[in-house]
Amino acid sequence: MKTYENQGNKDTRSGFGAGLTELGRTNPNVVALCADLIGSLKMDQFIEENPERFFQIGIAEANMMGIAAGLTIGGKIPFTGTFANFSTGRVYDQIRQSIAYSDKNVKICASHAGLTLGEDGATHQILEDIGLMKMLPGMTVINTCDYNQTKAATIAIAEHKGPVYLRFGRPKVANFTPVDQKFEIGKALHLVDGTDVTIVATGHLVWEALEAAKALNEKGISAEVIDIHTIKPLDAKAILDSVSKTKCIVTAEEHNHLGGLGESVARVLSQHNPTPQEFIATNDTFGESGTPAQLMEKYGLNADAIIKACEKVIKRK
Amino acid sequence: MANTQQLEDITTQVRRDILRMVHKVNSGHPGGSLGCAEFFVSLYSEIMDRKEGFDMDGIGEDLFFLSNGHISPVYYSVLARSGYFPVEELNTFRLLNTRLQGHPTTHEGLPGVRIASGSLGQGMSVALGAAQAKKLNGCNHLIYSLHGDGELQEGQNWEAIMYAAGKNVDNIIATIDLNGQQIDGSTDTVLPMGSIKAKFEAFGWTVLEIEEGNNIEAILKGMAEAKSLTGKGKPVCVLLKTVMGNGIDFMMHTHAWHGKAPNDEQLAIGLAQNPETLGDY
Repeated sequence: MKTYENQGNKDTRSGFGAGLTELGRTNPNVVALCADLIGSLKMDQFIEENPERFFQIGIAEANMMGIAAGLTIGGKIPFTGTFANFSTGRVYDQIRQSIAYSDKNVKICASHAGLTLGEDGATHQILEDIGLMKMLPGMTVINTCDYNQTKAATIAIAEHKGPVYLRFGRPKVANFTPVDQKFEIGKALHLVDGTDVTIVATGHLVWEALEAAKALNEKGISAEVIDIHTIKPLDAKAILDSVSKTKCIVTAEEHNHLGGLGESVARVLSQHNPTPQEFIATNDTFGESGTPAQLMEKYGLNADAIIKACEKVIKRK
Repeated sequence: MANTQQLEDITTQVRRDILRMVHKVNSGHPGGSLGCAEFFVSLYSEIMDRKEGFDMDGIGEDLFFLSNGHISPVYYSVLARSGYFPVEELNTFRLLNTRLQGHPTTHEGLPGVRIASGSLGQGMSVALGAAQAKKLNGCNHLIYSLHGDGELQEGQNWEAIMYAAGKNVDNIIATIDLNGQQIDGSTDTVLPMGSIKAKFEAFGWTVLEIEEGNNIEAILKGMAEAKSLTGKGKPVCVLLKTVMGNGIDFMMHTHAWHGKAPNDEQLAIGLAQNPETLGDY
């Protein structure tokens, strides 16, 4: 089976920062806003190179979303930066009315998503943001898996006209997708060919899915691995093509099973090709304090959990 | 430049439009719309420097943002009477498939509207963003915005008010419709806000008051003064003291007509008090 090499652990938020820096050099319409989290969002280099195109809003996320919407009137492409919780739930109505319903070209860039934010605990670990954002008409929802992909996605969304939610994380994780890849919104990445089970993963769970596929391969189970970085619009064809071969599927995400990737996949399958599915996701719960690895283990979001889910779903065929 | 009588005539026609629009669909917000009719007419006829036609970016012209979107009847009437879309389209207000939604939106592509509003408290932030874009584009035109006084109870306003002064956004004139009324009664009974003037000043804004907010000469004079105060490092706030329901005697000085349409008889009385000037749509 095809394997992927970890080029060295890196945080996805640094991929965002690198992508933003590049945009600062190549696209004069790109502007950035932050609500007092410059260091956490890795926006320092963009700010150093483009101080006139950076807006420090202070701890006022609602105002940040409104100002971003206003900046588009005049042709700017605003990238907002704060934690995922404060990028979505805290400002849902501002995004809904001033950005999504008003069809404003704002890029909502959200770091520290999910449990892997770690020790800060549940107040900061949003597990509902994908659901919140995918329900907004016209909103594109992207959850990247590593540094290289996050950098490429950041650059790509500047070219996309319309509101985008770009979700990434805090910890250093495996960096395994190609450097300087081209990121195509809405196009799933086929990572590993397999015949017995399809694993569809997003965000930090993609590397775990690859680890799971390796272990399953040693047990004689052939797993196909697909990286769904774009949850909306969903690449239904990639999913349907794969399950027509494997006849069963496991979805994996660092998010509540209510409202996440798994439900989007289930809708596609139930309409076009009803298929046994297992969900790697949190089970309608808040997170808690702990190290990222401890939390991912406790809430069943790692390679071991994916392996068990694959073995279970194969039996349901 | 139009004389005051011409603006009065437009205002009279706008009042008729407002009444007829909300009467036809038996819904909408006539009270606040009527209270701001003179302001809208003055703004679109005299105060703002506007280009012909409409494009979203609005570079090279002044822009207006309505934050208290429920007074859409006056907004739509004045936009139509200013040439943004045919006045006949006012017939479609709040009807299925209309561009004239209950609250203003960009969703259906209505010319003249640059942001959706209705959920209160968001317009100041949007206006500030547009003001920052003007500065980045080297465009010396101004941003005008309108907000309800009751709307200032929404916290996001105060984030925006703090930001505007703190970041020296001095190309904005934010007007507060100070009619002292909101849905559940007077602002003083629902949630007393103290001195709005003192609050804006404490946050670092330049504040002007227009005592007669339904007097076109007073509006023109006050807004000209406000314009002269832009570009000096501080955002400018205009406190516009208006009478809700102005121009229709039985609708004045009460919150009862905030979100209620007149019946046939009330419509006839209101129209009789405001004879046709430019022609009904």
